[in-house]
Amino acid sequence: MSTIKIRSKRFADYTLVRTLIAHPMETGHNKNNTTGELIPAHFIQTLTFKHNGKVLSQCQMGYGISKNPFFSFKIKSAKAGDKVSISWQDNLAYSDTQEHIIS
Amino acid sequence: MLTTRRRFVKKLLTLSSYALSLGFSHISLANWLASNFSRQTISQSIAQLFPNQELQTSDRISLKLPNTAENGSVVPITISSTIPDVDTIYILSEKNPVPLIAQFSIDPELETYLGARFKMQETCDVIVVLKAKDQYFQARQKVKVTLGGCGG
Amino acid sequence: MNSPLFIFCLWINLLISSSLTWASPEQDRKQIQAFYQQLFPQLQLADYAQGVYAIDSDAKNSWQAIEEFPPYEFALEEGKALFYRPFNNGARYADCFPNQGIAIAQNYPYWDAQKQSIVTLASALNDCRLQNHLPALPYTKGKITKLLAYMAFTSRGQLIRTIIPEHSPQALNAYEQGKAYFYQRRGQLNFSCASCHIDNAGKFIRSEILSPALGHTTHWPAYRLNTGEMGTLHRRFMACNKLIRAPIDAAQSPALRQLEFFLSYIANGLPLNGPSTRK
Repeated sequence: MSTIKIRSKRFADYTLVRTLIAHPMETGHNKNNTTGELIPAHFIQTLTFKHNGKVLSQCQMGYGISKNPFFSFKIKSAKAGDKVSISWQDNLAYSDTQEHIIS
Repeated sequence: MLTTRRRFVKKLLTLSSYALSLGFSHISLANWLASNFSRQTISQSIAQLFPNQELQTSDRISLKLPNTAENGSVVPITISSTIPDVDTIYILSEKNPVPLIAQFSIDPELETYLGARFKMQETCDVIVVLKAKDQYFQARQKVKVTLGGCGG
Repeated sequence: MNSPLFIFCLWINLLISSSLTWASPEQDRKQIQAFYQQLFPQLQLADYAQGVYAIDSDAKNSWQAIEEFPPYEFALEEGKALFYRPFNNGARYADCFPNQGIAIAQNYPYWDAQKQSIVTLASALNDCRLQNHLPALPYTKGKITKLLAYMAFTSRGQLIRTIIPEHSPQALNAYEQGKAYFYQRRGQLNFSCASCHIDNAGKFIRSEILSPALGHTTHWPAYRLNTGEMGTLHRRFMACNKLIRAPIDAAQSPALRQLEFFLSYIANGLPLNGPSTRK
């Protein structure tokens, strides 16, 4: 199962694109309740949002973004059939990418 | 499960291509991330991100934020603005140990609009800065973060 | 033991004890709903499914912002996959339930005359597993919350219909025990559920607004912002008892099932809206 969900909705003047990502966004300052040990920091650092292969937004983030990150964007003009994609990479070098066709 | 070395190489490669696309060398992106997402005061963070810049308070930035955060770990924000030619949006939380939450580049094909969910340590101002060419604009809004009651 | 005299005494006893119950469940439900209507005249019955968000507009805005793309979507997706994945013997969860498990959550909990106990949706899922030679799932978090999320989702909009079978004094007794639990003070802080959720519904406890008890069962399982994971109704009961420094009854214990039975009965007619997000 992909970690990235993408939804889009076309309006008259723009297309709303929303994404929800499964990621712990661990700060590294929380303790495991059972073992008492610190849970290592594990958070997304960079994210790229593309439309038909063109980068529209690049994001640098820290662990201040909430667990299971959500982001939304508005593309000025997009058509049905256009492709959008979200890619992320985290501090432990894990990454994922997902595409979505605008309907 | 990738070995540590393979993951390191993979990270190097992905970060490199990402960094190059931003105009950084991968080392300077790593440094940028490390220094801007480090624990510091809001003044230090602002001085580092916007050296010698005036952050003009603008009423053309609209922030949708709760008055009181239901839970400080998930605060929803929506940012929109009528300021033209915005190319970067910054979100900061004044009293977070790491005040910079995130920075987004905004291509002209995008509306100046962003939705996100972030963490707040305590009651303070959320500061949104917009860069439009060589000018910087800001808007701030206080969000109350409380602990206790029965939400558990 | 089966002498007519004995049976007669038993009958008289039941007659007397039932008349000692101050109100019937229907009277309870109407009385409680009327109480809240008077307290919150702006609310319709269905609004109570929103919990505290019906009476806290700032929190409601936050909740709606999160519901635009809610974090429980992952649990829901996994729950659906789990629900239809065959067990080793080829059977599936769908085979254990009426209507293949779709749009049936409003019928739970119910009194099972054969088992002589309350069956909740969560316990029914584990009964299904046991029948198919699988170990029971923990009741507070994890896999069970995913299955519950899917079943709740298919039941959205269904109106709660908790039934106390007419000729079952045991079912009525289970309801009465749940009601007694609700009104019973407990723990160091000497609070009952009613102390907060009836007597002080809509008021602040420290920095938070107390939700009405009416509708407490509509929106589970819930993605909890405080834990960053899905939780069940019974986990919430346990957390609340912990907070008021009372002994903690185990999830799906008879006491908590009875409590759920009572809360669900008084919410008859409310629409289900799980899974949901809560602070």
